[in-house]
Amino acid sequence: MDRLLELQPQFWTAAVETLYIVGLSLLFSGIIGLLLGIGLYTSRPGSLLPNRPVSVTINFLINTFRPIPFIIFLVAFQPVARAITGTGIGNAAIIFTLSLAASFAVGRIVEQNLLTVNPGVIEAARSVGAGRFRIIATVLLPEALGPLILGYSFIFVAIVDMAAVAGAAGGGGLGAFALLYGHRQFNPTVTWAAVIVIIILVQGVQFFANWLARKVLRR
Amino acid sequence: MPIIALSGVSKTFPPRSKKEAPLLAIDAVDLEIEAGDIYGIIGYSGAGKSTLVRLINALEKTTTGSIVVNGQELAGLKEGQLGPIRRDIGMIFQQFNLFNSRNVWRNIEYPLQIAGVPVNERNKRISDLLNFVGLADKAASFPDELSGGQKQRVGIARALATSPSILLADEATSALDPETTHEVLNLLKRVNQEFGTTIVVITHEMEVIKSIAHKVAVMDSGRIIERGSVFDVFSNPQTDATKRFVSTVVRAVPADDDLAALRVRHPGRIVTLSFNDGNVSQSAVFVELAEQKVGFELIYGGITDIQGRTFGHLTLALTGVDSDIDRALASVESIVTVTEVA
Repeated sequence: MDRLLELQPQFWTAAVETLYIVGLSLLFSGIIGLLLGIGLYTSRPGSLLPNRPVSVTINFLINTFRPIPFIIFLVAFQPVARAITGTGIGNAAIIFTLSLAASFAVGRIVEQNLLTVNPGVIEAARSVGAGRFRIIATVLLPEALGPLILGYSFIFVAIVDMAAVAGAAGGGGLGAFALLYGHRQFNPTVTWAAVIVIIILVQGVQFFANWLARKVLRR
Repeated sequence: MPIIALSGVSKTFPPRSKKEAPLLAIDAVDLEIEAGDIYGIIGYSGAGKSTLVRLINALEKTTTGSIVVNGQELAGLKEGQLGPIRRDIGMIFQQFNLFNSRNVWRNIEYPLQIAGVPVNERNKRISDLLNFVGLADKAASFPDELSGGQKQRVGIARALATSPSILLADEATSALDPETTHEVLNLLKRVNQEFGTTIVVITHEMEVIKSIAHKVAVMDSGRIIERGSVFDVFSNPQTDATKRFVSTVVRAVPADDDLAALRVRHPGRIVTLSFNDGNVSQSAVFVELAEQKVGFELIYGGITDIQGRTFGHLTLALTGVDSDIDRALASVESIVTVTEVA
C-alpha cells in the first residue's frame, strides 16, 4: 500500500495515458470501421450498392486480419507503424496499430447491426425517391442507432483490453504500469489498483452506453 | 391514354446458386391502367404480383419490355434518375415499413424532406394529412406505440405526402384484422374519390377486390390469366384459379361432397339459378315457380353486391309433379341461367 502511495504520480499519468490511447483509438477505428461496415452492408447482393469485388475485398481483409492475436499483430505491424508515425514504440505507434486492428472488428460489428434494419424501411425510402447515400445517412444509420451504440460500447471494452496488452510491447498506460510496477516488482496491490481503475472505467462507459441505447430505442 | 402501361414485360431473377435455374417471375405481361381507376391484382403467393407492382415504381428493374408511367418510359433508367418519378408514385406495404426511429409526424415528413419542400409548406401538408387519415392526436407517437390499422394509416399519409398521382398498395391489409381491413379499404376509397389518385391494389384476398376495385387482373405463375371489370370477372370466371378466388366471397354451386350431403335430405330435383347480369328480378323467378305449383326450398348459395349490381347463385330443392317442374324451369330460363345439378 505504501508503495502504491509512492507511485501515485506514475499511476495517474498511466490512467490518463490509457484514456488517451483508448479515446483516440476508438475515434479512428470507429470512423474507419463504420466505413468498412457500411461498405460491407451496401455491397452485399441485393443491397443498396451491390458490388461483388468490393464485398469480396473487404471481407477478405477483415477475415485475414481480425483473427490475428493482438499481441502478435502489434509486433508484426511495428514496421508499418514506424513508417507512418515515425516511431515503432510509444503511444503514437500503439494508437496507430490499435486503431488498425480494431477497425476490422468494428467493421464486422457495424455490418451485423446494419443487417438488423428491416429491409422494408429501405424499400420505403427508395419508394419516395430518396437517393442511396441519402438513405444511408437518413434511414439506415438512424434505424440501427440503438444496436450501434451497444456495438461501440462492446468495442470500447475490447480496446481497453488491447491497450493494456500494448503495455507489454512498448505502449504506456495502466497495462504498462501494472506490468512494470506490479507484476515485475512482485506487488499485487499495485497490479490490483490498475485493475480497479480499468473496471471502473469499463463499468462507467457501459452504463452510459446502455442508458443512451435505451433512450434511443425508447425502451 | 393509360396512366400505367406495361407491354411485353418480363422479369427474371438470377439464380441463388449455380445449380438452380433463373427464376422467371413475370412472364410477358401486358397491362394498361387508366387514370382514376382502382385496379386490383390478385394471385396466390408466388404468382409474381408483388414483383409486378415493384416494376411500376422501378424498385425492381424489368428484364425486357416497356413500362410507361405518366408518359415516361421507365425501362433502362438508372436508380439515380428515378427520384422525381417515384415522388409521383406513393407506395404502402403489408408490414407498413414505417421508420421506427421517427415519430408519426417525422415519418410523414420524410418524403417531403427528400422532395425538398420548404419547412412551412411541409408543416401544413403534414397537418392536413394527419387530419385526413384521422391521426391528428398521434403526431408525436412512435410507430411501436400504434395499432396495425393506425400504422397503415400513417403509411398511407406518408405515401400521399408528395401528392402522387398513383398509389401502389402491396398487400396493404393482409396483416390486419377484418374490422381494420374495412377501415383501411374505406380510406383508400376516399383517397381515390377525393384526390382522384389511381390506386393499384395487390392482394390475395378476393374480399379486398370486391370491396374497392373497379377492375381486376388475376395472376398465376407470372402471367395475367384473366382480367376485366370486377363484375365481369366475378360473374363469369374463366379459369380454375379465378373460380377459386370468386368462391371465397360468393358461395357458388355446391361442390360434390356438399351436394352428396344435400342429396340425402332432398331426394327431389335440385337446380342452381345463377344471377349474372345484375338486373334480374328474383321475385319474378319465385312467382313463376309458385304459379306452376312447384314447391321450392333454398338449400345453398348466396347473393352479393358488386359495384352496385346483384350477382350470385341460389341452389333450390324442388318438389312437385315432374311435368310442372319442367314447364316452370323452361319459363324461368328466360330470366336466369338454370343448371340442373341433381
